Amino acid sequence: MYSEKVMDHFMNPRNVGEIENADGVGEVGNPQCGDIMKIFLKIENDIIVDAKFKTFGCGSAIASSSMATELIKGKSIDEVVSLTNRAVVEALDGLPPKKVHCSVLAEDAIKVALMDYAKKNNLNIKGLENFKVREHEH
Amino acid sequence: MMGDDVLKRNVYLDYSATTPVKKEVFEAMVPYYTENFGNPSSIYRYGREAKSVVDKSREIIAGTINASTNEIYFCAGGSEADNWALKGIAEANANKGKHIITSKIEHHAVLHSCEYLETRGFEVTYLDVDEYGMVDLNDLKNAIRKDTILISIMYVNNEVGTVQPIAEIGKIAKENGIYFHTDAVQSYGHIKIDVEKLGVDLMTISSHKIYGPKGVGALYIRKGTKINQFIHGGAQERSMRAGTENLAAIAGFGKAASIADETLDEHRTRLIALRDKMINEISSRIGHVKLNGHPTERHPGNVNFCFEFIEGESLLLLLDNQGIAASSGSACTSGSLDPSHVLMALGLPHEIAHGSLRLTIGDFTTEEDVDYTVEKLVGIVEKLREISPLH
Ligand SMILES: Cc1ncc(COP(=O)(O)O)c(C=O)c1O
Repeated sequence: MYSEKVMDHFMNPRNVGEIENADGVGEVGNPQCGDIMKIFLKIENDIIVDAKFKTFGCGSAIASSSMATELIKGKSIDEVVSLTNRAVVEALDGLPPKKVHCSVLAEDAIKVALMDYAKKNNLNIKGLENFKVREHEH
Repeated sequence: MMGDDVLKRNVYLDYSATTPVKKEVFEAMVPYYTENFGNPSSIYRYGREAKSVVDKSREIIAGTINASTNEIYFCAGGSEADNWALKGIAEANANKGKHIITSKIEHHAVLHSCEYLETRGFEVTYLDVDEYGMVDLNDLKNAIRKDTILISIMYVNNEVGTVQPIAEIGKIAKENGIYFHTDAVQSYGHIKIDVEKLGVDLMTISSHKIYGPKGVGALYIRKGTKINQFIHGGAQERSMRAGTENLAAIAGFGKAASIADETLDEHRTRLIALRDKMINEISSRIGHVKLNGHPTERHPGNVNFCFEFIEGESLLLLLDNQGIAASSGSACTSGSLDPSHVLMALGLPHEIAHGSLRLTIGDFTTEEDVDYTVEKLVGIVEKLREISPLH
């Protein structure tokens, strides 16, 4: 049911862990639903220099976190803001329809982490003015 | 990855989902596809030979549960037998009343039949269970009404393995003049069943859980029970369930039933030893776990745990990667937002229920399989907990 890419990122997840004194932290989901994703960002000069994650969830949730953190490392904040869950799904060679919400969680967790960074530094990030975490649905 | 010191094995630990067909069973089936393929309704030799194996299987199965042969009706499996029992009794007895009592942890074949009957004007009481999955007999007594026509309580739960006090329920049903159906799909072949001692009026059994072929089962219907026929058509199964008999499958079911009956004691002793070893090792080697189901009133091959901080589907995928086949009641594997209705009925919080794992042991499970599985499980749980933000 999962692509080889999903299985690879699930079995050998990249960027697992936490970043001490992270510049931005984003957590979405809840244990009742069976998915929690927490993303840690280290940001220097508007560039994501490091990203790590911790995830409670199914195979596709773990693979989505792993792929999403890979995709944003080295990117500018602007580039990351325009990253959507579709990019995560595509990079994973697709997710089963019922699991697409896992990629939405990853997008949202990253944006929440960016908002956290913005708040801590009194910044406004273009493109995130109206951002809201989406209703979690399967 | 973890534990690569042990050679990879293929370990099937989902015997409650289905079992392999035993070799002797398969051999007993083959002639009824190729040589004795006749239609049991035909009068010539081919037909007579075909009919005799249906009769023989019926006799064997009746004998294993202390029923008479004319109380056994073959059908296409446990789901059909459950549907038939529920709908057949409801329709035939609607003039007496329209109330049915069941439990919250029944198989979907019972629960969804009840939900269907609710749309047809019947009322259903779904009894709660305690934290071990047991129905409370006082709750049952209190739920009985003047218009109650049927009680349907499963013998052994398929997920957590809890064994219900069926004889006591049978007594209560009898005292109140209410029909009693039990889904015995998970107890047949694992517990000695005597329909007289249990006081059941209807009982569901299925072949593919006892090393027989899939797609065949039976409904025991006590003589004199008022029930509607289920499939309309020819005169097969005493006109109650029409359709040319699935000959080879019925032959296999009979063979599987006779093996299960003859080897019941050794089967139980062997499974219980492996089950308890597995339960003890998981409990002692992995922290933050909870055994689901009853500590003693339990299916001989059922091991069911919740592992805190992790989710069941990831667990299954990593076990599968090590060659281990198991199942989970997590939402991701049930295909819905909620974990299984059984785990919810036990009162487990959602986040704990998401981390459930069912390992069911059977006749081909060895002690090495158990050791290998526990070894791998320890590493996999540790790995997933390292990734988890809850840990
Ligand atoms: C308790 C119980 N009832 C009914 C069934 C359905 O039986 P079958 O698969 O033969 O339709 C099963 C098996 O999944 C079961 O475990």
